Amino acid sequence: MEYDVLIVGAGPAGLSAACRLKQKNAELEVCIVEKGAEVGAHLLSGAVFEPRALDELFPDWKDNGAPLNVPVTRDDVYFFTSESKATKMPNAFVPAPMHNEGNYVISLGQLGRWLGEQAEALGVEIYPGFAAQEPIVEDGVVKGIVTGEMGVGKDGTPKDSHVPGMELRAKYTLFGEGCRGHIGKRLIREFELDKGVDPQHYGIGLKEIWEIDPEKHEPGLVVHGAGWPLNLSGSGGSFLYHLEDNQVAVGLIVDLNYENPYLSPFKEFQRFKHHPKIAQYLEGGKRVSYGSRAIAKGGLNSLPKMTMPGAVLIGCDAGTLNFAKIKGNHTAMKSGMLAAEAAADALASGGEGGDELTAYTEAFKNSWVYEELYASRNFGASLHKFGTFKGGALNYIEQNWFKGKAPWNMHDTTPDYAATKPADQCTEIEYPKPDGKLSFDILSSVHLSNTGHEEDQPCHLKLTDSSIPIEHNLPKYAEPAQRYCPAGVYEVVEDDAGKPRFQINFANCVHCKTCDIKDPSQNITWVPPEGGGGPKYSAM
Amino acid sequence: MSNKILIVADYLNGELNQSTARAVTCAQQMSPTAIDVLVLCDDGANIAAQAAKLDGVTKVLQADNAANAHPMAATLTPQIVAAAQNGEYSHVLGPNTTYGKDLMPRVAAKLGVAMITDIMAVHSAHEFDRPIYAGNAVITVKAPEDQTLVASVRCASYPAASEGGNAEIETLSLDAELPSHTRFVNLEQAKSDRPDLQTAPKVISGGRGVGSEENFKIIYDFADKIGAGVGASRAAVDAGFVPNDMQVGQTGKIISPELYMCFGISGAIQHLAGIKDAGTIVAINKDPEAPIFEVADIGLVGDLFTIIPELDAAVS
Amino acid sequence: MKVLVSVKRAIDYNVRIQIKPDGSGVVENGVKHSMNPFDEIAVEQAMKWKESGDAEEVVAVTIGPEAAKEQLRSALAFGCDRAIHVKTDEPVQPLTAARVFEAIAKKEEPKVFLMGKQAIDDDSNQTGQMTSALLEWPQATFASKIELDGDTAKVTREIDAGLETLDIDLPGVITADLRLNEPRYLKLPDIMKAKKKPIEDTSLDDLGVERAAMLENVKTTAPPQRESGEMVDSVDALVSKLKEKGLL
Repeated sequence: MEYDVLIVGAGPAGLSAACRLKQKNAELEVCIVEKGAEVGAHLLSGAVFEPRALDELFPDWKDNGAPLNVPVTRDDVYFFTSESKATKMPNAFVPAPMHNEGNYVISLGQLGRWLGEQAEALGVEIYPGFAAQEPIVEDGVVKGIVTGEMGVGKDGTPKDSHVPGMELRAKYTLFGEGCRGHIGKRLIREFELDKGVDPQHYGIGLKEIWEIDPEKHEPGLVVHGAGWPLNLSGSGGSFLYHLEDNQVAVGLIVDLNYENPYLSPFKEFQRFKHHPKIAQYLEGGKRVSYGSRAIAKGGLNSLPKMTMPGAVLIGCDAGTLNFAKIKGNHTAMKSGMLAAEAAADALASGGEGGDELTAYTEAFKNSWVYEELYASRNFGASLHKFGTFKGGALNYIEQNWFKGKAPWNMHDTTPDYAATKPADQCTEIEYPKPDGKLSFDILSSVHLSNTGHEEDQPCHLKLTDSSIPIEHNLPKYAEPAQRYCPAGVYEVVEDDAGKPRFQINFANCVHCKTCDIKDPSQNITWVPPEGGGGPKYSAM
Repeated sequence: MSNKILIVADYLNGELNQSTARAVTCAQQMSPTAIDVLVLCDDGANIAAQAAKLDGVTKVLQADNAANAHPMAATLTPQIVAAAQNGEYSHVLGPNTTYGKDLMPRVAAKLGVAMITDIMAVHSAHEFDRPIYAGNAVITVKAPEDQTLVASVRCASYPAASEGGNAEIETLSLDAELPSHTRFVNLEQAKSDRPDLQTAPKVISGGRGVGSEENFKIIYDFADKIGAGVGASRAAVDAGFVPNDMQVGQTGKIISPELYMCFGISGAIQHLAGIKDAGTIVAINKDPEAPIFEVADIGLVGDLFTIIPELDAAVS
Repeated sequence: MKVLVSVKRAIDYNVRIQIKPDGSGVVENGVKHSMNPFDEIAVEQAMKWKESGDAEEVVAVTIGPEAAKEQLRSALAFGCDRAIHVKTDEPVQPLTAARVFEAIAKKEEPKVFLMGKQAIDDDSNQTGQMTSALLEWPQATFASKIELDGDTAKVTREIDAGLETLDIDLPGVITADLRLNEPRYLKLPDIMKAKKKPIEDTSLDDLGVERAAMLENVKTTAPPQRESGEMVDSVDALVSKLKEKGLL
């Protein structure tokens, strides 16, 4: 099967690219493969959405029912000074990128579904339930992908139901797998796309949706916070957004450059919800959803070269998220649209594909995405270097005084996994027990991600060296996989004789990619399990 | 309002099934003017006599027919329809055994009426609760009062009616044309040494706390002692102690035994999803804070390796 | 032989259902829906017959809103030859569904009408039985094995007492249980081909179906929570409690 353009991932980048391709030329054969069981199943984001790219893609989105139903009415920014206290930042001190007038509180899953409908109406073929497993690279040119096999047993032997992978070829392939896409990771390495840029930096985002007491609900209220509990052992930020239907989205982003291997992002999130400023909304409410996903926050300084012969990285697969705004959906969409335009133009002038779409890189450099990313390029690094408070202050100065054109450039050259300190140099963190009303245990949380996998299949979390978790990570780092995974996949269990054993409960995996990022030994490689598996987020 | 209720008796190997007695209990909550039990057998005297002893039964109708030697929905339905119409019953109930599940919808369709499956609570003679989404939600439904009401009773929700009754047994001659398009071939009764996990009335389960495949012997032995089926938690399966088909839980089997005893199982929500409809849950775990104790009817904190031998001795 | 198989669009079995706070039902918007798993098993059985040459034509049918076309496309991707969409946005309960299927079966005249034993949303387990009653056909429910033999079939059923085998005349309605087979994975080329297979739209009115009187849905609530019971402090105490309850 050969297409004009093949897109991997039905996220905001991939879907926007698909729509833009068809808008430029309705005759183009465009196909999207998506590993989730349906469009939206694997989409998770805060999210406060800037409609800039959507305005360009579908100017009549409002009339066509795009799910932007909750305009932001108020922005509150807090510094949580302790588990019970917080200081509200006066509006004047909130850096420009954090002001949200004109933006909307949305569910990325819902937006994705709507974009999927627009794409299909334009004639795009979308195939959910099929994972792109490997790229097809011939003579240094990316020619497409191979979908994953189905029906292979736990021991690796094909079952009666075995279906081999299928080759999908295209003149151009756009990779929009999201943060730490596994094919993107491989292509970056093979084509040396990250030569000369800072290593990518990541955060893990954990999110829940709650149905709250209508009396407490204020649609359009956007609350952002920093400080407790993360100022104790790491950095990151929190959010609570009021959606429609008496629902709120609440979450925590923990920067993955944390040093203490005893840090559990999940438990930080659970205890965070007890802060009075957050609990005031959640009390008496009901948790309806849980999920988690890593985010790529390195910004411009970590942005790799995005083109290679025959293919392009778009969205978070490259790293287009603007961390100063903590928004990546609009930039992902625009990057997809720019890639689509470059591909459509190349094909229009009789191109056969397979070349490097340098026009994309040019267009990207001249776009508002680049402008935004340039303005916020130092934000992440200054937080890493100076901590939340001073780094945040520095960012304020840069954004509001220099309007983003500060004369300095900050670089953070330590990869996140390498920032982990040995366990004996750190103190164990004592986390409170979940109370079952505001905070919960990990398995009840995973339960609400609707995640599931065919159990009789090979484990999709590949250890390069199976002895490392117990023989190296455990003594040196207290095997942090037990704590950084937001789904309880990794456990160190003692067998009958008291010997520790590394157990991987892969069926719980929510496809967040944190293990691939944070394993101090970089021993875990995430590859897609059988297509259709993983979470089935409803509107995350 | 006259609520004249007809219950279709379920039986096997010449014995009245306890499900019938539970259906009687349910019927008693519908303000009945009469509860009659219909026995459709080739020779139903023995079964009718058992039914007549149930408290709350007004009359037992013994409708013998050679075709009933092996009860099948196709041949029973015309007889039930005839009995229901002749007797002017307002309600026709069956138990939610596979017998009742197979049969009652056919009766409802022949009577041209809707059917309520798995009544788990009675609000009135026409308003009931029933489980949907595998019991993860409960829907309250109201049936039209101007029609015969056909339903199956969720037996797990009702205790068996006690024995103390002395109802009249009436032989019923039903004029119903029976189809010949369905014929009984055979019944292979489950005769394994150990009851099947999915349907066993007693189940013993082991979790990670059991420690190893070898240690599971203690679970199997105790189960065999009391005639129970054997299950396991996902953790035990993942650790390789037992095969996957023994898994009880959200991604394994969802069971509803009368007695569920679990050893060394912490009680994660995924496991609880598999046993939420069990009658009595007994939990034994070393950890007094294990979540299983929040849903167990009877809990005992302790080491399963000490407790199981004591249990074994106590039931000997 | 022509086989008719009915499929239902239902909330995916992996999704934790959320009950609407106003008790009017379960949240369905934006929630993953799939083909009822028991219906997948029924479709798989029909495909096996196609592959063995026993079935020349397999027709899929569904009753539901426009979105249910997704399930018909799945059925076609499995290998069904064509599909019928009885389009409706109104709620359809089993007796009305059975009347629809009766009308379709009378039109299509299949030798076997297959469907899952129950839908995992409503869990009524009625439609197959009702359909066969209206058609005055034999019914063989909870099938775990089917052996075709010309104008009859031997169907083994999973019942409480064990495995029962019935010999039925065809045409008949057979409802599938879990162990009948394991549905195949859909292949991408088949999904692509399925787009071109025909789906015929029709409606309850077009079929002349009289809607049956419905059960009124008063409210939907969460199931009663299991409360914690009591702790005992010895095996003897445990055993005596269990003996009291008649469980040991």
